[in-house]
Amino acid sequence: MTAASDIDTRSKNPVAQSDRVFGALTLAAAILVLLVLVGVFISLVMGAWPALQKFGPAFLWTKSWNPVTNKFGAIAPLYGTVVTSIVAMVIAVPVGLGVAIFLTDLCPRVLRRPLGIAIELLAGIPSIIYGIWGLFVFAPFMQSTIQPALIATLGKLPVIGALFAGPPYGIGLFTAGLILAMMILPFIASLSRDIFGTVPPMLREAAYGMGMTRWEVNRHIVIPHVRTALVGGIMLSLGRALGETMAVTFVIGNAHRISGSILAPGTTISAAIANEFNEATTPMYVSSLIALGLVLFILTFIVLACAQWMLRRMKAKAGV
Amino acid sequence: MITLRILARGAAIAGVALSSSVAAHAANLSGAGATFPYPIYSDWAKAYQEKTGTGLNYQAIGSGGGIKQIEARTVTFGASDKPLDGAELKKNTLVQFPTVMGGIVPVVHIDGVKPGEMVLDGPTLAKIYEGKITKWNDPEITKLNPGLKLPDAAIAVVYRSDGSGTTFNFTTYLADVLPEWNDNVGVSTSVEWPAGIGAKGNAGVAANVQQTGNSIGYVEYAYALQNHLTYTDMINKAGKKVAPEASAFAAAAENADWSSQPGFGVILANQPGDKTWPMTAATFILMHSDAKDGAASKEALKFFDWAYANGDEMAAKLDYIPMPDKVVAQIKKEWSQIQADGKPVWSMSN
Repeated sequence: MTAASDIDTRSKNPVAQSDRVFGALTLAAAILVLLVLVGVFISLVMGAWPALQKFGPAFLWTKSWNPVTNKFGAIAPLYGTVVTSIVAMVIAVPVGLGVAIFLTDLCPRVLRRPLGIAIELLAGIPSIIYGIWGLFVFAPFMQSTIQPALIATLGKLPVIGALFAGPPYGIGLFTAGLILAMMILPFIASLSRDIFGTVPPMLREAAYGMGMTRWEVNRHIVIPHVRTALVGGIMLSLGRALGETMAVTFVIGNAHRISGSILAPGTTISAAIANEFNEATTPMYVSSLIALGLVLFILTFIVLACAQWMLRRMKAKAGV
Repeated sequence: MITLRILARGAAIAGVALSSSVAAHAANLSGAGATFPYPIYSDWAKAYQEKTGTGLNYQAIGSGGGIKQIEARTVTFGASDKPLDGAELKKNTLVQFPTVMGGIVPVVHIDGVKPGEMVLDGPTLAKIYEGKITKWNDPEITKLNPGLKLPDAAIAVVYRSDGSGTTFNFTTYLADVLPEWNDNVGVSTSVEWPAGIGAKGNAGVAANVQQTGNSIGYVEYAYALQNHLTYTDMINKAGKKVAPEASAFAAAAENADWSSQPGFGVILANQPGDKTWPMTAATFILMHSDAKDGAASKEALKFFDWAYANGDEMAAKLDYIPMPDKVVAQIKKEWSQIQADGKPVWSMSN
């Protein structure tokens, strides 16, 4: 009875009531996210089931993607997805961090706002624009200038030479990686700038006071202080690179092949789905495309799990 | 801020009004399928609506999608560049007939080579797409083009990355001229290409050929013209050199025996005749022979009847080839199979 009357008095209190409604709403929103996630996973598995049943785990390492014989495998798009994302991250992470450090620590006050706004504008450009620009402006430049130069120099080296071999098509894995780098660069730059902004000024001032150089301050004070948020931001960008569709499909060459050279055409999972879903005629074809989607889903999940694991290890290390 | 919000609301209302008016017309006639005939279908639809008030809602989602939609009966007619064979038509109770024809042309991008200067034959084209001929100065190409200076450069092969009726007709031709094509690649709306780069849609192939030096691609003739691409001549089945033009596409159709296949499903690739363009293709309409909505089917047939009678000039303007009159007469006979409640929805007297 006391409990019931408690609730009664509480429910009559307008503040408590609004708190409860608010709590229920946020809980519902949180549950909705979970439901959507589980729903997407279940429907992917259901759609992919015929393909998974037919090809089994071999789907993951089969090279063939043949709509004529109905034989499908994910390794070529999976390879393309991973390679383009690696190229993008290798370029965009150091440059993005550099931009962020410049903006927070070195930039003259007059330039800070215009540069910041420019980066945010870049981050807001729709990916299709990057794709069109990539195909019409960037790819011909790659074919006529950059790729021949790479083939003539790096392509001649003994071990890594194979990475830069083959005719210059202009489009291919490398071009797609560069476009992706350009797309996620403003992302990384503006996220890390905000993150660096959270470092208490006292920390920096103390470090400079001890006679540290700018490099030392950023390397040993600023970055360690915010590394959790930083890894989170970088993983978010990696997620965008893994799933990016339109810009990639314009410049990657859409070829289900694995070549030793990163200049060669390839494809990614999302590009393959975007290209082929409309006219996939046989049920096995459609199912294989959905299975590709499932592979991407799991790949993204693995990336996020790795990020969590890395963060935990870093925290443990810092604790010791 | 307030003005912005008012503007936004105004736009939203306008949008609703627009979409509801579209929906009102869409109730009349609905079709879905191939992208290749989309320009001419939309031109016909516009003219037809002005005349009769009946609108057409055609979704250019691709041949495969068109077949799927008509099988699911979500549209009155489906459209496909790839004809279905007799067994498939029977299984899904479909009637099939062609509306217009067009040509597929090879397009190249080689410095110094102008439209129509280069000539290729079927086997050479097939070997380029197989990745067996890899350089432009390969003896098999120079043999066909004695006067042309061709570079010692790798050929960048461009193909359709999406499933496409164009690819179906193109690979049908290549398999016809080079027997090993069937074993190595095969014939379908999308195949596992041994070499080259893929691009989405006719427009995508055209753009890639334009942007990539030393490339070759295949597109519908209209796209080659509109984008000022360097098309090549071909050696046809009779061993004669032909240029891609309306008369050469029409010649391919003239020699075709339309009644030889159920649903007029004749493949126009590699037809005989001195003036015949070897890569000609028709595009088809699919309708149910046991229509659930007889009135809608009748409206659709009325539209196609009008298009056969009045649409030739519009088709020619867009570089399509209209169906010959004697074929149209045969098609209209076939329409008696389209029935609702056991009665034909169309009669000659309409």
